[in-house]
Amino acid sequence: MNQPVLGIEDLRVALPAWSDRPLAVDGVSLTIDRNEILCVVGESGSGKSVMAKSILGLLPAPHVRVVNGAIHFENRDLLRAGEGEMRAIRGGRISMIFQEPMVALNPLMKVGAQIDEIFRVHTNVGAQVRRRRVMELFSDVHLPDPERIPDSYPHELSGGQRQRVMIAMALALEPALIIADEPTTALDVTTQAQILTLLKELQGKHGTAVMFITHDFGVVAEVADRVVVMRDGKLIESGATGDVLRDPKADYTRALVSAVPSLHPRHESTGDRPAPALAIEGLNKIYGGRAGLFGGHGRRVHAVRDVSLEVPRGHSVALVGESGSGKSTLARCVVGLEKADGGDVLLNGENIAGYSRKQLKPYRHLVQMVFQDPFASLNPRHRVGDIIALGPTLRGTPRREAWDRAHELLGMVGLQPEAAGRFPHEFSGGQRQRIGIARALAMEPALILADEPVSALDVSVQKQVLDLLDELRRSLALSMLFITHDLRVAAHVCDEIAVMRHGEIVERGPTSEIFASPGHEYTRQLLDSVPGKGWEH
Amino acid sequence: MTGLRLLRYIVRRLLQAVPVILGVTVLCFLLLQLAPGDLAEVLAGESGGASAEYIQDLRARYGLDKPVLVQLAVYVRNVFLFDLGFSFRHSSKVSDLLLERMMPTLLLMGTTLVLSVGLGALSGLFAAIWVRTWRDHVISLGAIIAYATPLFWVGLMLILVFSVWLDWFPTSGMENVVMFYEGWDRALDVAHHLVLPAITLSLFYLALYARLMRATMLEQRGLDYVTTARAKGLTERQITFRHVLRNALLPVVTMAGVQVGALLGGSVVVESVFAWPGLGQLAFEALFSRDFNLLLGIFFISACLVVFVNIVVDVVYVLLDPRIKVDE
Repeated sequence: MNQPVLGIEDLRVALPAWSDRPLAVDGVSLTIDRNEILCVVGESGSGKSVMAKSILGLLPAPHVRVVNGAIHFENRDLLRAGEGEMRAIRGGRISMIFQEPMVALNPLMKVGAQIDEIFRVHTNVGAQVRRRRVMELFSDVHLPDPERIPDSYPHELSGGQRQRVMIAMALALEPALIIADEPTTALDVTTQAQILTLLKELQGKHGTAVMFITHDFGVVAEVADRVVVMRDGKLIESGATGDVLRDPKADYTRALVSAVPSLHPRHESTGDRPAPALAIEGLNKIYGGRAGLFGGHGRRVHAVRDVSLEVPRGHSVALVGESGSGKSTLARCVVGLEKADGGDVLLNGENIAGYSRKQLKPYRHLVQMVFQDPFASLNPRHRVGDIIALGPTLRGTPRREAWDRAHELLGMVGLQPEAAGRFPHEFSGGQRQRIGIARALAMEPALILADEPVSALDVSVQKQVLDLLDELRRSLALSMLFITHDLRVAAHVCDEIAVMRHGEIVERGPTSEIFASPGHEYTRQLLDSVPGKGWEH
Repeated sequence: MTGLRLLRYIVRRLLQAVPVILGVTVLCFLLLQLAPGDLAEVLAGESGGASAEYIQDLRARYGLDKPVLVQLAVYVRNVFLFDLGFSFRHSSKVSDLLLERMMPTLLLMGTTLVLSVGLGALSGLFAAIWVRTWRDHVISLGAIIAYATPLFWVGLMLILVFSVWLDWFPTSGMENVVMFYEGWDRALDVAHHLVLPAITLSLFYLALYARLMRATMLEQRGLDYVTTARAKGLTERQITFRHVLRNALLPVVTMAGVQVGALLGGSVVVESVFAWPGLGQLAFEALFSRDFNLLLGIFFISACLVVFVNIVVDVVYVLLDPRIKVDE
């Protein structure tokens, strides 16, 4: 009776010959019981997704293939099951939820039809029964308007709604096991909180076993009954959630857990406020609204509405908001990539709002950005030294001198000075982000504008980069505007925080005060949504 | 609701087409002025030489002595009144000539389009299904050969093999005029004549579509929604036909819009090789006899055709891809 739903035994999955290691999954054994959420935690490249895909036989054959082991499910070995047998299991007995619901749904097919397909493939009930079942599922996952949603296309739904559709799809035939591969990573914090609640609610209701793959210990604290930690294809540690989070056995787990930024603000704001490096006053930005040449009236979007914000010299301010809140538009206005429709942007006291490209030129170096995606933000055909030295060279610094400075800066961000002669692709994501920071510093800016600089990085690397930024800010007295959706990150590096929603700043003040007693309803909601908020290591 | 919106979109696109076509007309008119020689010189040359006064007289008679801008204004006004002028070469109204020659060209173009898109997409589809097997290699190799061979050479070789050696198809023309066929017999006769020119004209694009379709099918098969479909328990066949096919067709439709423009250019060569009595052949003759009125008429009708087909392609695209909104 107490037999586990799924048992994996010594699973080994081989990678193609040209990869950096021979095995993606190396001797993993685990079990999942009925009515249990098992979290599989690991950083990118740990083999957690490959392991999950091999359960359903979804590996990209023939390059990636299982070479050893057994996967026991309902009295058979899935690794030795025939193709027809596997198809009956997929979607019927085991279903899967993916990370990015936008690309995991067929863009040209109505979402109702995509769920209907499961019933069509696995059962032979009539069209009307199927239609009713689809609607029941949609109300199960709390989608509004179950009459209309089935006839919508994926792009007509929000990210959270799309993920609800994926969950409805996974639940359709009441499977014994649901595999969820980072199901909330691509979502906003508040949406993530809702989806996690929903998953737990439905899992409790149906008694389904869930394998939940994630990189986020906050999420683990929120949902998991048991945890297994993976690294380089090997299982490092497993145990009950509370034990692993409180008292991790393996060094690696301990490092991972302690790398999660604490929700307690680290910085105490000091009494005296130096003059602002950046002051924004009553800034507005409106997109669209003008009629096109051949008729047609664009939709008006008030992306930034009467925003005022200050970054005192030597301080760091976090601009927190969810997608569509206007935080990136605000950043573009500050850098001068976008012309504001009203209001002032003062950089070191100079009002640059409304400046033309030519007028802006002497002030460009004053704001430097650190971008989100370290893979796309460095020119792959330039040497690292050139990337760093190009800005100063354009401003008149002799090339020799700029290169010497580049070597120095690389040392400052924790890389070998020899890195200057190499190309970006030779570096890891975290190292590239360091190069991005060195590039920004080379311009001797008054303000560093960091746009989600760590959201594309693994947790352990995230912490290193955050610490580096913090240390540089202290030693060089840098001013930073830090755009993030992650309140943990904001608490870690910023002494002030501004919360943005629908183009407006709803609340701003010292981080510790706002975290202790949020004044605005939305701030409270954001703080409540942080996964694992009750857990502190 | 959506139908009405689509209709409004089509009407707007048609209105936008007017300045485009006008621009093409003006540009073509001015370009033709740059070509050396005019109708008067050709006529004089053909009659075995003439005095300067006679040529002047001819020019005055055809209105060729007026300033270029005046000629342009007169021409544009006439176009707005649907009067495309008179072909002195053919002693016939340009519009009559165009109407007479348009049908054969449309027939050839339509057949070519259906043939190349249909067969091209189909062979690309199968190549993708049989990827990295000998069947895929055969299709891909055939596509590359067809892709790399010049149009006129293909036409000549087809005539040589299938008309001269095997005698399966006629060498030229659109129908066997001496047989005076009627009804179905005539349609069959025309179809028989159509085979070689249509194959010649479609081969290049057929190969292009095959390659495009194969590539997009393979690309789409690697996307996440296909993994979702597989995780739902669908068979490979169901995944291909229900999910991948429609997504993979989108770039092919885009390409088809481009092809229509190129088809008219290609038909000049093919119609000349096969003596197909269409617009392409007419354009070829008109060019060499400096029959500018006729040439301009052909340009005008081609511009209309290309613009119109592009609207059709865009509408098809809207119908195929729900992500594209017709209103802003």
